[in-house]
Amino acid sequence: MAEEKKFAAYICKGCGLGERLDADKLAGLAQKEGKMQVVKQHDFLCNADGVAMIKNDIANEGVTHIMIAACSRRAKTEAFYFPNNAVARANLREGVIWIRPDTEEARETTQDMAEDYVRMGCAEVKAMTAPGGNVNTGSNRTVLVVGGGLSGMTAALEASKTGYPVVLVEKSGALGGWAAKLWKRIPVHEPFKAPADTGVADMAAQIAADPNIKVYLNSIVAKTDGAPGRFVVSIATESGNVSTEDIGAIIQASGFELYDANRLPHLGYGKSPNVVDQAGLEALAKAANGGPILRPSDGKPVTSVAFVQCAGQRDSTGEHLPYCSGYCCNTSIKQAMYFKDGNPAIDTTVIYTDLRTPGNGEDFYRSAQEKGVIFTKGKVGSVAASGSACTVNFHDLILDDQNAQIEADLVVLATGQVPNSGINIDMSAEEKADEAAAEAAASEAAASSAQPVQFSKKVSVLNLSYRQGPDIPQFKYGFTDSHFICFPYETRRTGIYTAGPVRRPMDMVQAREDATGAALKAIQALENAQLGRAAHPRSGDLSFPKVRIEGCTQCKRCTVECPFGAIDEDEKRFPLFNESRCRRCGTCMGACPVRVISFENYSVDTVGSQIKAVDIPDEFSEKPRILVLACENDAYPALDMAAMKRNEYSAFVRVIPVRCLGSVNTIWITDALNAGYDGVMLMGCKHGEDYQCHFVKGSELGRYRLSKVGDTLKNMNLETERVKDLEVAITDIDNLPRIINEYAQTIADIGMSPFKGF
Amino acid sequence: MSANQEMAVRYKNNFLKEVEQQVEMGEWVKMCMQCGVCSGSCPTNFHPGWEHPPQEIFMMIRAGKREEVLTSPSMWMCTSCYNCIVRCPRKLPITHIMHGLAEYAYELGLAPKVQPTRNLSKLFWSNATKTGRINELTFSLGMYFKDAEGKINIGQGIKKGLEMQKVALGLLKAKRLNPFEIFGGHKCKDQKGIHAMLAKAYALESKRKGRHVG
Repeated sequence: MAEEKKFAAYICKGCGLGERLDADKLAGLAQKEGKMQVVKQHDFLCNADGVAMIKNDIANEGVTHIMIAACSRRAKTEAFYFPNNAVARANLREGVIWIRPDTEEARETTQDMAEDYVRMGCAEVKAMTAPGGNVNTGSNRTVLVVGGGLSGMTAALEASKTGYPVVLVEKSGALGGWAAKLWKRIPVHEPFKAPADTGVADMAAQIAADPNIKVYLNSIVAKTDGAPGRFVVSIATESGNVSTEDIGAIIQASGFELYDANRLPHLGYGKSPNVVDQAGLEALAKAANGGPILRPSDGKPVTSVAFVQCAGQRDSTGEHLPYCSGYCCNTSIKQAMYFKDGNPAIDTTVIYTDLRTPGNGEDFYRSAQEKGVIFTKGKVGSVAASGSACTVNFHDLILDDQNAQIEADLVVLATGQVPNSGINIDMSAEEKADEAAAEAAASEAAASSAQPVQFSKKVSVLNLSYRQGPDIPQFKYGFTDSHFICFPYETRRTGIYTAGPVRRPMDMVQAREDATGAALKAIQALENAQLGRAAHPRSGDLSFPKVRIEGCTQCKRCTVECPFGAIDEDEKRFPLFNESRCRRCGTCMGACPVRVISFENYSVDTVGSQIKAVDIPDEFSEKPRILVLACENDAYPALDMAAMKRNEYSAFVRVIPVRCLGSVNTIWITDALNAGYDGVMLMGCKHGEDYQCHFVKGSELGRYRLSKVGDTLKNMNLETERVKDLEVAITDIDNLPRIINEYAQTIADIGMSPFKGF
Repeated sequence: MSANQEMAVRYKNNFLKEVEQQVEMGEWVKMCMQCGVCSGSCPTNFHPGWEHPPQEIFMMIRAGKREEVLTSPSMWMCTSCYNCIVRCPRKLPITHIMHGLAEYAYELGLAPKVQPTRNLSKLFWSNATKTGRINELTFSLGMYFKDAEGKINIGQGIKKGLEMQKVALGLLKAKRLNPFEIFGGHKCKDQKGIHAMLAKAYALESKRKGRHVG
């Protein structure tokens, strides 16, 4: 398309811009320096008349590129929505007049600031093209659900009810998962007083009767290829059959395993059949089928039972699970009721350190107390099991009795959930060696003793044919990664959603809610993929990374760093972009040392030319220039909100929003310093364990890259203070202006950059 | 067999059950969730008389520590301010349970002997039930002349009497104290009927709780 480009600048005089700024001068600047062919001023650009003026210019004057000098790019997005044109916004309202005092002495610097933003807007729009949308799309509408437990069945039913075909893959021979192994479930309806039916049989029947849901039992996902909207999934059945399904989006509901009670010999597991885990008790209750629950050792009815909470959980020694699984207190309460409801004379004691009953569990807990279940606050040290009798030795935490004891016929250990999340693709070499050693030890022990020691080698759940590994990246303790605050369902693989206890420990109520949400997110993802649009957080974005492959040096930085595994390598080792997997963060663009990766409306050039467009006054002007590269997700909105509060900050900063700190290419910083900027502030989200980065790894990767900037500064003989890395949260509305002013003062103290005017 | 031994045998170490059946409001003890708000709210601040705050007493009951609970002076220290009842998130009538436990311990002969609250209660009860109404003069004199163990102590009585002299004269002046009350004072009608009523109530209560009368 060799279409003629025509640039237009529109300068708004509303919201006080006209009174505070010299609009004629700005217009002149756009024409002369900005080389805009059409320059118009308007008293109220975002009203119907103003927008009509722009639309008319597009339709009748052949305007293709639009620079709007008005408010922040985050404001009036509906009015200034021109999807077929390249649009740049110069932020004169939130970026200039709202953060500057309306005084005579501030007038000059305020005007300077506005002029620079107009120059920057013009420079940016000239480097842009209107995003055309990803053409490499697929339009498959089928949702694949991996795992046929409660979460998987819920996701399948919900997606089907919404009108999307579903393929459900279950490893075992029947649907239901752990929920099917329960005798009863924790009640979910008023009055929350007694255990209730699990409802699993009903769900399985609904799935069987649903022609929209295709079920593969005894099957696993052998291979997942492609991208959202066009996944190709091989499903291997135990019998040896391999089927291929075309899939739009995937929900991984691979669930959990109970923490292996064999690791808890000090709590008597394995020493006596009368010590069981919660699943063991469910099996006993199912076998009793409503009758008295029998002691495994001799088949006599149980007369006393002790429940040990947090068995192998909330462990600070590092030997067992460090976290709380959140459901086990309610489960023990439910299981104590199995006994009490049948025979109130049975002694049931729950030994807990902190009883936590989420949801409506408090009513359930109270009901158990009314039924006579005894709750004892204590920490269990050991369970001695000899013959049919068990003695629980514990430290009574209320009475501070170190040697408290309870005799019981049956001891139930609440062991907690371990996610079934497949292979940890980020495992370090050290961890891999540890795992191999444990495996070798286990096989040796199995060979030498009659008692086989269990060792479960992790197997992949999805078998993704992605360059970065076969499974979803994990966060802590093997749970799959997601942005817990803003986008809890999103994993780090676009179009693949995890639901249920594979994401975090949870009970059945939470799992159903989680699975329902994941089903809707999967539908949203496949619909977006079909339209060539991004998923969160740049939802609806039509731009996507383009690579000038002839310039590529095959350094692999983009394929390694992409937080979403969007980039594979082709047979010639060149990066192969899967646009539908991409979230448009630009981390690849920031990583590329030869700068061959760009987006149509966001590139090394669009930002670089803005940096170069700023007028740099000479060394003696007492007007330093500070470049701020602000993350558009947190830092830029924080600056906008600071402006709404009229929090003032230095007139010497020039703010450029970036998609993510990860997209910052170090060339921008070098260019800025060479051009004579006196300081550079980088504002990105928190990284690490409590990360806030909307692209999960972007800010971390960006910061790692920028840690090398010190060398650049050294080579240029510049002070290290000239580049400042800031962790900014969206709530830093009052802090940020203060920090900017402090930094401006620091720059004033160390003096102007010697690089001006070269 | 003493009343104490009899109860111990009857409940076979199931002290929680014993408390539920024998102690006023004892059926609430199982509902305690061990948050400790009662202990934290107690204005007595657990000065040395309080061995165990209410939270601990409830836990001890569940743990079957029968002797320790019933011989404890703790529940006798309660001042009945009702702060714990107001604040208990589980709405346990903690003050009433404390008094119920004290009463049961007294009934079994396990309550501590040297206990001012116990002696005050005894004095109050015998004074009030004698004529059907409290005789303030004999009641306060009784308190002056009895020590912590309930024995007569003339020296202490004279000393305390002199200490309170000003107050007493003030009350006399305001006609709030009649010195002739020392001769018996005014009484309720039908004292025999009152005694019979109390005896009947005691018998009914004992029967309901399965205790021996007398």
